Order: sequence, then C-alpha cells, then structure tokens
Amino acid sequence: MAKKDSDKRYTKDHEWVVLDGDIATVGITDHAQDQLGDLVHIELPELERAVSEAEACAVVESVKAASDVYAPLAGKVVEINETITEDPSIVNSDPEGEGWFFRLELDDPDTFETLLDQDAYDEFLETL
Amino acid sequence: MTSQDDHTPLLITPLDQWHRRHGARMVPFAGYAMPVQYDLTGDLAARCRGGVLAEHLHTRTQAGLFDVSHMGQAFLSGPGVAAALEKLVPGDIVGLKPGRQRYTLLTNEAGGIIDDLMVACVGEDRLFLVVNASRKDVDFVHLAAGLPDSIVLTRLEDRALLALQGPAAVAVMGRLSPEAAALPFMGVASVSLGGAECLVSRSGYTGEDGFEISVPADQVEALADLLTGFPEVVPVGLGARDSLRLEAGLCLYGNDIDELTSPIEAGLTWVIGKRRKMDWDFPGGLVMRDQLDNGAPRRRVGIRPDGRAPARGQTTIMAEDGTEAGIVTSGGFGPSVNGPVGMGYVRRDLSADGTKLILIVRGKAVPATVVPLPFTPHRYIR
Repeated sequence: MAKKDSDKRYTKDHEWVVLDGDIATVGITDHAQDQLGDLVHIELPELERAVSEAEACAVVESVKAASDVYAPLAGKVVEINETITEDPSIVNSDPEGEGWFFRLELDDPDTFETLLDQDAYDEFLETL
Repeated sequence: MTSQDDHTPLLITPLDQWHRRHGARMVPFAGYAMPVQYDLTGDLAARCRGGVLAEHLHTRTQAGLFDVSHMGQAFLSGPGVAAALEKLVPGDIVGLKPGRQRYTLLTNEAGGIIDDLMVACVGEDRLFLVVNASRKDVDFVHLAAGLPDSIVLTRLEDRALLALQGPAAVAVMGRLSPEAAALPFMGVASVSLGGAECLVSRSGYTGEDGFEISVPADQVEALADLLTGFPEVVPVGLGARDSLRLEAGLCLYGNDIDELTSPIEAGLTWVIGKRRKMDWDFPGGLVMRDQLDNGAPRRRVGIRPDGRAPARGQTTIMAEDGTEAGIVTSGGFGPSVNGPVGMGYVRRDLSADGTKLILIVRGKAVPATVVPLPFTPHRYIR
C-alpha cells in the first residue's frame, strides 16, 4: 500500500494528482503500474493542449497491451515529463515521484477537491 | 491472447497451486486459468525479478520453465496410422521415423488451417500429437471423423506438459537425463526425469534451444520443483511466451493462422512434404497448388514499425500510396529486439523485404517496413 499523503488526490482510473497553486501534476498510481506490468512505450499529450475531465490524453504500453491515461480534471497541458518517454521503466520504479506524466493548468483549481483522497482511493482499491 | 467472456468456470492445469505459490498472476486463456507472469520471491527472485520483460530476457540468456499443460495431448494408434493421418495433413507422416517429430497442419478443403500441431512417431503405428488448447475439441472431433475406425485416438487428460527453453536448457536437462540432452532438434524419447516417466522432445515455441516434456499430471509439481531447483531456471508466463514466439516469427493459431488463411499465404509452404507435392492428396491441396503456381493474393510478413510504439493485432496496414494493404495479426514489443515487432498479412505486391508500409495506430500514421522473419535468430540445435 502506498504511503499516506494528505495533499495527493486520486481518480478511479488510477491517476494521482498533486496541486501547487493552479498547477496539477498528474501521474499513474503504484497500483496502476503494478497492474500494467513493464512499460515499454509512453505517449504524452502535446503542450498547450486543452483537455476536459476524463479525456484520454496519454497512452501507456506494456509488452502486452496499450492503456489510456485520462486527464483527471479540465485544464491545459503546460509541462510534460519527457524523461519517461525516453525510459518508461521510471514509471514502474517510481510511479508517484520521478514517473510523473504531465502538468495541467487547471481551469478551476477548486475541482481538485472533487477527487478521491487517500482513504477513499484505498477503499476503492479494496473493492477491485 | 483470448479472454473468455462467458461465465463458464475456468479449467486449471495440474500446476495451478504451484503457480500461485510462485507469485503467478493468473489470467483466463483458452478456457484455462494460466500464469501470464510471475512476481518471483526468494531464490527465484534473485535469478530474475519477474515480469514479462525480465522473464523473456531470462529465457533468451538462461532458461525458462513454461507450463503448457492446457495444450491437447493424444496418442493416435492403429495399423497404418501414419498413412491415415496423411489424409488430413500436408506433411510427410509416413516418412517420420521413430523418435522423430514434425510440425504440421490440419487443413480444410478450402486450403484453410484448422490447427497447427506437433506429430511425433513414438513407436510402430503409434503417433503422439500436441495441439493448441483453443482448438483441441475441434481437432479431436475432426480427427475422429476423418480417421478410420481402426485408428484409436486416446486423449491424454492425465498428463501435464512443460517447456524448458533457453540456451541453458540442455545443460539442465543433462543433469536429469543425458539421453534427453543428447536428442537432436525435433527428436523425441521416453526418458525418466527425477523418477517420472516422461516423453521429451527437443522443440519449443521461443526460437531457443529447449525441450517439451510430457509428464504424468501427478508428478509434474515435483518435476517443476526439480527443474526450478537448478540455478539457471525460473518459471516464465504466457506473456513472455507470446513475445518470445513473436520475435521468433512463429505463428499463433487464431491470430496469425486460422481457417481462412492458407499455408501458402502464411509462409508455411515448407510444411508440405516433398512426396505430398506429387499428388496434393490432402484437404485443400489443389487450392494450395494453385496458390503456389499463380501466387497467393496476400502473404504473411514481418513488420518493423518505426519508432517505439507497438502496433497491436488488428492494426490496419496501408500502402504508401494510400491504398489498403492488409492487417497486423500479431504485434507488440520485442524485449530482445528492444523495439516494436509485428507480423501480418499484406498484398502480394507489398510483401517483399524492405517494402515501406503505413500502420494506422490510434488514428495516427506510423511508417513501417517489411522485414524478414524471425526478428531474433533461431538457435535450434541441428
């Protein structure tokens, strides 16, 4: 189980989100990387792309299959982590740190509060 | 891999509990609960961290142990059994000497492939067959219907099947049975492995040297423990089995070959025995002869996409001029190639090595090239 983090929020699509001002950093959870297995290819959204909540905007590929990564909230892509496209294994080894995917300038930073907190996400994982 | 969408309970292999004890992630495959990869622990984790990539690479450098007990095993016996089976397959079975195995195909009248299978001669008027898990019911009905009553088909439900694959497989086998280790490629022998009476063949589905071991179900756990007790060996799941066979350019039934593909289109013309090409007296023989004479409309080819993104099965293939070219039938990431690899069918005029193709991956055009198969050289012992 991942360590408790009161400032980190989650989605049921297994993305994590950390907010700094109106900038949200987004990645996939440890549970997600574990389920996907060894990642071999990642496609990130283009800079400046406007995304709506739950819009597919990145792709992760393991040896076996491709999966979408969704924008947890509406906003504009302002930064992408190209380190993980060069070495996707970083997402397996440090999914909730060095393995972040992209940063969004949120349309409405208050929407952050609508996401699952750690306890709610942990409870959700129990149901899977 | 296929998943089953109904709610019939999954069948299990005799190694089910063994897999779970070794950290397997079990998935449905061809109606069975099968290990797709392992989260290895203890000594085994020190050899290989587990997961598809590591299991694949371990098999290429050391040895992997695969449970393939879901596959169908059977004896076929009776007077003239080899000649009888030739009515259903294009291979030379009559010419198969005792202790020899051959890859062949069950074909239909349209020249399509009902299944691909291994046939071994294991005694006078006695053959041993290994067929695909997903096709065994179809195959055994087809065999029973197409063979005379004097030929007896015995399904071996009480036997498990292991594959020991990789460059270290022969050294490991040599510690249990020097006789088995001395088998030539596609040789078969009955040997005792750790006290279990096994039927061992020098063959596999990874492109590496190795063995397939038919073993009584109640002795397979002990044999799996014995084999993984050697420092070169770790258990390897179906995930790596698929990436290994794809790099080796080997067909997966249901993906790359099926009842609508002919052996000629599939690049399996070599399966047709020399003698069989005199009379073409097997199902679909004349269709195949015509395709050989006049060219099949499409060909199975190796496909190397540019960049890093894998093009999965069912990806549309276009020609550079924008016309439709064909479809990817198997595609993924090749851990040994360290890049995306695939195979599929393209129009005959686009099938030459070096031909440029366009793959439509998630709506985007990805350039690709027709390349010779296999992606990784076969390392069979000849």
